[in-house]
Amino acid sequence: MMSNTATFIGMPPFPIAARKALADSQLRGNIRNATHTIRAKRAHVCGELDDFEQLRQAGADIKDDVLRNLGRYLEQVEESLTAAGATVHWARDGAEANKIVVDIARRHRVDEVVKVKSMATQEIELNAALEAAGIAAWETDLAELIVQLGHDLPSHILVPAIHRNRSEVREIFLREMGKVGMPAEDDLSDDPAELAGAARRHLREKFLRAKVAVSGANFLVAETGTLVVVESEGNGRMCLTLPEVLISVVGIEKVVPTWTDLEVFLQLLPRSATGERMNPYTSTWTGVTPGDGPQEVHVVLLDNGRTKVLSDEVGRQALRCIRCSACINVCPVYERTGGHAYGSVYPGPIGAILTPMLRGVGADEQTDSLPFASTLCGACYEVCPVLINIPEVLVHLREKVVDSHRGGVPGALQAAMTGASWTFGNSTRLGVLQKLAGLSSAVIGRRGLIGRMPAPLSRWTDARDLPAPPRESFRRWWARTDAGRRDTGGHPQNTRKGLDDK
Amino acid sequence: MKVALFVTCLNDTMYPGTGKATVALLRRLGVEVEFPMAQTCCGQMHVNSGYVPEAIPVVRTFVEAFAGYDAVVTPSGSCAASARHQHKIVAQRSGDPALVRAVEAISPRVYELSEFLVDVLGVVDVGAYFPHRVTLHPSCHSTRLLGVGDRCQRLLQAVRGITMVDLPDAEECCGFGGTFSLKNPDVSVAMGSDKARHVRESGAEVLVAGDNSCLMHIGGLLTRQQAGIRVMHMAEILAAQEAVA
Repeated sequence: MMSNTATFIGMPPFPIAARKALADSQLRGNIRNATHTIRAKRAHVCGELDDFEQLRQAGADIKDDVLRNLGRYLEQVEESLTAAGATVHWARDGAEANKIVVDIARRHRVDEVVKVKSMATQEIELNAALEAAGIAAWETDLAELIVQLGHDLPSHILVPAIHRNRSEVREIFLREMGKVGMPAEDDLSDDPAELAGAARRHLREKFLRAKVAVSGANFLVAETGTLVVVESEGNGRMCLTLPEVLISVVGIEKVVPTWTDLEVFLQLLPRSATGERMNPYTSTWTGVTPGDGPQEVHVVLLDNGRTKVLSDEVGRQALRCIRCSACINVCPVYERTGGHAYGSVYPGPIGAILTPMLRGVGADEQTDSLPFASTLCGACYEVCPVLINIPEVLVHLREKVVDSHRGGVPGALQAAMTGASWTFGNSTRLGVLQKLAGLSSAVIGRRGLIGRMPAPLSRWTDARDLPAPPRESFRRWWARTDAGRRDTGGHPQNTRKGLDDK
Repeated sequence: MKVALFVTCLNDTMYPGTGKATVALLRRLGVEVEFPMAQTCCGQMHVNSGYVPEAIPVVRTFVEAFAGYDAVVTPSGSCAASARHQHKIVAQRSGDPALVRAVEAISPRVYELSEFLVDVLGVVDVGAYFPHRVTLHPSCHSTRLLGVGDRCQRLLQAVRGITMVDLPDAEECCGFGGTFSLKNPDVSVAMGSDKARHVRESGAEVLVAGDNSCLMHIGGLLTRQQAGIRVMHMAEILAAQEAVA
């Protein structure tokens, strides 16, 4: 029996968690190499399609239609699934969904289940719930296996062990595999093929033994009640076909209306996710097929905050997300911090908007730090296959966070913002402030630069110089010199403070 | 054509040289640019920090200052993007239809400097002379929010005497991000350090950008590292000429 399933609960706010990650040179190297590789592959295969922009628009439009008519589509889903012999369950939150899965497993008197990689079950921490019920949940995706064996947390949606390199994977396999099943060979090297071989032998034993499998789904086709799992390794296919009982936990936003709509996403997803034209394994199943595959099929339709997100007019576009990770792979912040700093199974740009909306803003400091974990550079929006305007939602959520803290004693930033609003509301006030700044630079500036300053300015000056404010602002120069016509000063390039100031 | 300069609060207060260079450049190209004294700031800092109500008086000041101009030119991609994309949101939030109408009238006429030069004036060679090795940081907001494309590069390439060198990973964010630089200083500096390293690797003597906010951040790192590389706003290079009277 495995032990101590890791959890994100109790993580510090992003700026503090990020500091630890920034100091980890191994992590920085692993993430930089991995994200740059996937980034280049994505750019190549998305760039080769003439109609990629139309595909993105179609992807966004289809998802928007689903979200606008979600109730109707979900009823259709339930009807189609039931007709195909599946049992449909509705779960308001993670606790309800976990209880449904645990009850089914108990009814079949199993002490283990095999799992297909699934974000929904990570989100609701199903493994911990199963463990508490005495049921082991074996992750079978290679990266999820590495995370699980390492008593670790996922740091990426698509590649949860992206923060590990192969020598670390070798050590984890050697140390942990034997404790929970077939051990790795003693002479295991860090050769990727050997590592994959060790994982295959370790997992095959579990595939052949398991009576119950748990999966998520990338898509749920409403017209036929078909679930779709897109994967690279084939372990998902094993879980979906070998066990007698299959339980799929699916977020209610995963619906696509028809197979024709699915075609759009089967192009967008692999190209955006792994930078492949087509993923190696696409599994589809529709309820129960007598004599073929699982003979008992359950589908747990999960809300867990999604209807709350749906009620947010700006934020609801996040529900279009198909979990491709393109935004994560291009994010310059994620590239430096990795995924754990976000304190959520959904890291990076999409996590910075989805996590606060699913959990609710204003509840805890860690969650509220996430919408600010971005420079708003826009690289995420540029690659999103379903056109989620992540910067727009980030700014929207920042406002919600600020509003949730209004009314109390104003903090330093709120006081500064109120002061700046007053100053910038009127040019005379700005002029007075500029005069004061210019005078102060005579005191604090040297060679036109301000060096190390006390807090809170130290947040800037600990690592960066700050230019000393010039003695004369632009507006004073304009007024003094009759719009520059009576300026006897030097060349315009010789005016930058701190560089070539005289 | 009645043209106003929106110098931006940062340039007005910290980098008046950029404003002066913009004026000199536009005059040389025959544009008699005006500076409405009532102007202050675009309000982006408030909006991006989550303080939208506080941005309403700032946007009101903006539209009052620039009412009646055919074009508003600003030496900042970021502030141009704020005026073009965010002012409408702020105005709608105010619930004041007059403010919404005023914003709708002005927003589309706000141009970042390179857009104004290339698209409105139709010039690429502005008659500048700058005999130095230069590399361009194409700021995120110019690139991704405004879509200025290669306008800055073309304007700089046409400067006599200049040697433009490539900046590795040029389009990656420098890590400034407004209040991000203070709320997440460690990540901001980590990103900026990589940008500064790429600038050093480029072999340039001068780093140029269309936004002094990015340059304040990258330049602050470069001087702290004693890197010996100057940062300059694009307007300052485009205003530079061979003979100084």
